[in-house]
Amino acid sequence: MRQFSLLSRRVGLVFMAPAGILVATFVIAPFFWVIFVSFTNRSLLGRTAVHPDFVGFANYLHLFDPSAFFTRGEFGFSLILTTQFVILSALFGQALLGIVLAWLLQSVPRPLKAITEAMVIGAWILPEVVIGFAWFAFLDYDNGTANMILSALHLPRGDWLLGMPFWVIVVFNTWRGTAFSMMLFNSAFASIPPSYFQAADVAGASSFQKFRDIGLPLIRGHVVTDLILITMWTFNVFTPFLLTHGGPSYRTELLSIYTYRVAFKDFEFGKGAAVGVMVMLINLCFALFYLWVARRRSHEVKA
Amino acid sequence: MNRQFRLFASRMGFSVLTALIGAGFALPLIWFLFAPFNARAELGIAIPDPFTLSNFAEVFRNGFALRGLLNSLVESVGGVILVGLGATLASYALSRSPIPGKRAITYVLLLFSSVVSGSAAMVPIFLIVTALRLIDTQLAVVLVFAGGLMPTAMFILRDFIDGIPRSYEESAMVAGASPLQAFFDVALPVIRPGIVVIVVWAFVNIWGSFLIPFILLRSSEKMPASVAIYSFYSEAGTPVVTLLAAYSLLYSLPVIALYLFVSWKFGFRFFGGIKA
Repeated sequence: MRQFSLLSRRVGLVFMAPAGILVATFVIAPFFWVIFVSFTNRSLLGRTAVHPDFVGFANYLHLFDPSAFFTRGEFGFSLILTTQFVILSALFGQALLGIVLAWLLQSVPRPLKAITEAMVIGAWILPEVVIGFAWFAFLDYDNGTANMILSALHLPRGDWLLGMPFWVIVVFNTWRGTAFSMMLFNSAFASIPPSYFQAADVAGASSFQKFRDIGLPLIRGHVVTDLILITMWTFNVFTPFLLTHGGPSYRTELLSIYTYRVAFKDFEFGKGAAVGVMVMLINLCFALFYLWVARRRSHEVKA
Repeated sequence: MNRQFRLFASRMGFSVLTALIGAGFALPLIWFLFAPFNARAELGIAIPDPFTLSNFAEVFRNGFALRGLLNSLVESVGGVILVGLGATLASYALSRSPIPGKRAITYVLLLFSSVVSGSAAMVPIFLIVTALRLIDTQLAVVLVFAGGLMPTAMFILRDFIDGIPRSYEESAMVAGASPLQAFFDVALPVIRPGIVVIVVWAFVNIWGSFLIPFILLRSSEKMPASVAIYSFYSEAGTPVVTLLAAYSLLYSLPVIALYLFVSWKFGFRFFGGIKA
């Protein structure tokens, strides 16, 4: 039987119009425009702000100039730094800590579970400016809580933001984003029938054995989803800027912060656009991979 | 007996480990429990003596700071209204009308919105807004957020509407309702919980955002709280800690309130998948 439609095609299109116009103007148009601008020498000020020249692939050649590629403050350095940042803070930090927390929270007393969840989620939902300032105070050399605790334990104090800025933003981003993985794995574990675990209990399995042999294999799909999503988000995150401003001397200049500096500090829009295009290409690969995985999973469910 | 003991020990171990991790997450925030109420707060943790609200009084005397909160409210509410209206209408149409290729539309939009995000988007968005002559207007901030959040909102809402039986509206139309009446009087009340989720999600996203208003706005009287907060720095660049702490707390309150509201209403798990 053919379903009769509740809305005619014309009314449907009218309903679509407001959202369609907004998305077309502020998502789709920028996508194509930035590609065009990346082939020009457009700047924020001066003659080329109004009448930019077409420069072909010059911006891209500049980004991939082998003599300066790995120098601090250049594109290649930021790209490698961002890759390390994603691997350490998203894949190892957030995902690993998230799955451990989700597993632990299943078997701890309810009040402890509620408080821990509130702390982890609090780190995730508070405005990024507030979080940035909280960490600035936390890491302060003279009075910060981190050094206060170290002193109390008779350990040496650290000048974190100057001494090891990269590790600071790795820990910072792990702290900030673990909540998502924790919640995703939490609901994934909750969807496993309890009888599986009860059977393992009868057989005398330890918690780690249950995790390795029952929990992990059954939530494999969720793990893939989680890894791709947090990789995409971490790759684009700008929040570390609020803590380190990309410094000292470019040592925490992730791609997002590099783009900001090139376009809005150095006013080189053409070059900034070229970086934007590269980032979009990388995002596109992640997103297509994600859609492919999601489709394959939904086919598996149907089969 | 031995096994009982081992079970008990592992339970204890789990609780201790969880408590330690929880404490680790709490540490950077403890400072915020005390500093706003301490008239001599510094970057270290100190129990306020005396406990005072003078920092808040100081913030409320600062017109620029208050205008920041008001601007945040204007931008968030504006964006939320556009996202709520646009996404509800569009996802209803995607679910109920015979538009060709409607599955593909949602996925393509979602793909675009995840590719044109964050660091990749700041240059093109700045250029579009400049071309539209909307630089340094709050309207620009509202529109940019509405466009950027729309695809995800549509995706969530369409799933929600697809889960509602068509027979609800069909029986209303058999009883003589027009399609528009069926939408407003029958479908809309049923969709409302889904709209609430979208609204809360969009509000939290816009309220907390820093980068977009930071690059699109110039005049200080238009800045939202996330940018205005940087006025609490002295000329030498050192933060005025007392005011910053009190202002941060005020600025965080709506987010905390919404978090409590959502976890009370839906359980927070629901919120999990949808922060962009």
